[in-house]
Amino acid sequence: MVPAVAGLVFLVLPLAGLLVRAPWSTLAGRLAEPQVLEALRLSLVTASLATLFCLLLGVPLAWMLARTSFPGRRVVRALVTVPLVLPPVVGGVALLLVLGRRGLVGQWLESAFGFSLPFTTAGVVLAEAFVAMPFLVISVEGALRAADQRFEEAAATLGASRWTAFRRVTLPLVAPGITAGAVLCWARALGEFGATITFAGNFPGRTQTMPLAVYLALETEPEAAIVLSLVLLAVSVIVLASLRDRWVSGP
Amino acid sequence: MTLRARLVVERAGFRLDVGFEVAPGEVVALLGPNGAGKTTALRALAGLTALTSGHIDLEGRALHEIPAESRPIGMVFQDYLLFPHLSALDNVAFGPRCHGASKVEARRTASAWLERVGLSAHAGSRPRRLSGGQAQRVALARALAVGPRLLLLDEPLAALDAHTRLDVRSELRRHLAGFDGATVLVTHDPLDAMVLADRLVVIENGSIVQEGTSVEVARRPRTDYVARLVGLNLYRGIATGRTVTIEATAGTTNDTTTNDTTTADMTSADTIPGVGTLSSGGGPGAGTADVEDGGVEAGGGEGVVFSVVERFDGPVFVAFPPSAVALYGTRPNGTPRNLWRARIDGVERHGDNVRVHLDGPIPVAADVTPAAVAELDLVPGKPVWVSVKATETHAYPA
Repeated sequence: MVPAVAGLVFLVLPLAGLLVRAPWSTLAGRLAEPQVLEALRLSLVTASLATLFCLLLGVPLAWMLARTSFPGRRVVRALVTVPLVLPPVVGGVALLLVLGRRGLVGQWLESAFGFSLPFTTAGVVLAEAFVAMPFLVISVEGALRAADQRFEEAAATLGASRWTAFRRVTLPLVAPGITAGAVLCWARALGEFGATITFAGNFPGRTQTMPLAVYLALETEPEAAIVLSLVLLAVSVIVLASLRDRWVSGP
Repeated sequence: MTLRARLVVERAGFRLDVGFEVAPGEVVALLGPNGAGKTTALRALAGLTALTSGHIDLEGRALHEIPAESRPIGMVFQDYLLFPHLSALDNVAFGPRCHGASKVEARRTASAWLERVGLSAHAGSRPRRLSGGQAQRVALARALAVGPRLLLLDEPLAALDAHTRLDVRSELRRHLAGFDGATVLVTHDPLDAMVLADRLVVIENGSIVQEGTSVEVARRPRTDYVARLVGLNLYRGIATGRTVTIEATAGTTNDTTTNDTTTADMTSADTIPGVGTLSSGGGPGAGTADVEDGGVEAGGGEGVVFSVVERFDGPVFVAFPPSAVALYGTRPNGTPRNLWRARIDGVERHGDNVRVHLDGPIPVAADVTPAAVAELDLVPGKPVWVSVKATETHAYPA
């Protein structure tokens, strides 16, 4: 009993502390500060773009993992989940080595298009997507595996091509899984810190997202940091509430 | 013939190899125990399972060369597989849409079909709101709405409860009668097969063991499985004129007629064509049968010699219904034809009667009245005399 309660306190106390120390009286004013709004806007935009990016690439990847068999599928599956356990900073360094100005691909991008990703908003999106994609892929793959594949067979006997069957039958069936995966992916992207600061830097208005702003504010204006943290906490609670049917309601 | 198929599908430890034909408007039932390969055959026709070899010709088209979505087929799955996110109407409209109809056209076709199956009122319902019988009718409408030339039904009534089954069966029969293409249906239920199909193809272990009309199959079963389905005792023997010698079963266990007199058994259903004709199969000539002493002996690997009505020489099958078997506590007087001693192996209720399973030289099932059970004290292990009326035994070439 005691360790259980201790565990609960350990998890809840910091959040409670955040609420207790929050400068409620000046909250509205601080929220309206251009820097805060700028960081918030940037965070929302990049997290949403990163989620879109993950959906475009992650759903087909999940489909491939769930519905096809090819040699090395298990290895691919393991590789997809690496960013889940990899320290985000390492992810940022890895991105820098590949897409940086002197990176393997970045070098070519620079010379061919005069285009460089690090320390840009696009770089933020990439860093967030790199870290958040596994959440989406795993969620969608699970949904695809759970969906009865024979519905696709039934569609085929009715004259549906593979693509029609996927679009009109499979996709609607796994829509809840995709939604859950996307929400999770978005929340992870919103909170991304390590990979973002390593790969995209910390330029207000361009690459300074909320978590970065929190970190920076903590040294200069602790109260601003608390306010920003509260906003992120509120977003987390909303995400959790939207997924409550799947995650919170246990057996 | 509109459909000619030879289907060979090989998998680890299993080989399906069947060939059959279906005429326009004809309904053929693939009947067989679980795991016999019936559903595999149906999936191969649909293009959902690849053929190892063989061919499928439908009205001159080589169906095996085209993918499932291009075949002119309609399929009703065992659990229907109605798309759960679409209304009944959109489920039925799905096929026409895939075949290039506009949304409006497809919906018009779909509502016409829903009307034909009597479900116009449920057009907007999602599948989970439909009863089993309604879902079955939507599945049938969905399969027929694409105007198939080959209709495939996989255990179309298996998911229904007994009461609904009765209604849906007769309704399905009506719809099948109105369909001018070829129909292949798969079932393990002989009643469904006999009511719905014009012809039966019995499959066991991936091969065809018997085919013919319901009446033929019911009257002349050729395997233990078929005999069990149609509720007959079946033996293989050697005929010399009107006597048939049946070898004793090695170590007479209760494997053939004693097990599996479950729901699949048809003798309780009097309405079945074929079974009803069995009792009249003998005819009046039976009195001339020879009296055989050999048949009197009990057990001991001797076998049984039967007197039958038909005259044959060589290997034959002998079949008779359990109702043709009489049991006696002591050796009956009079003609000792088709008489032997056996031991009771099991007793169970069977409709209004009691079915008694008997060991002995040949395992046999007998239907007796509850009164006889009480009178003769028929309990397992008890020795009895078994006699079978020659007029009700039916012999035919093996």
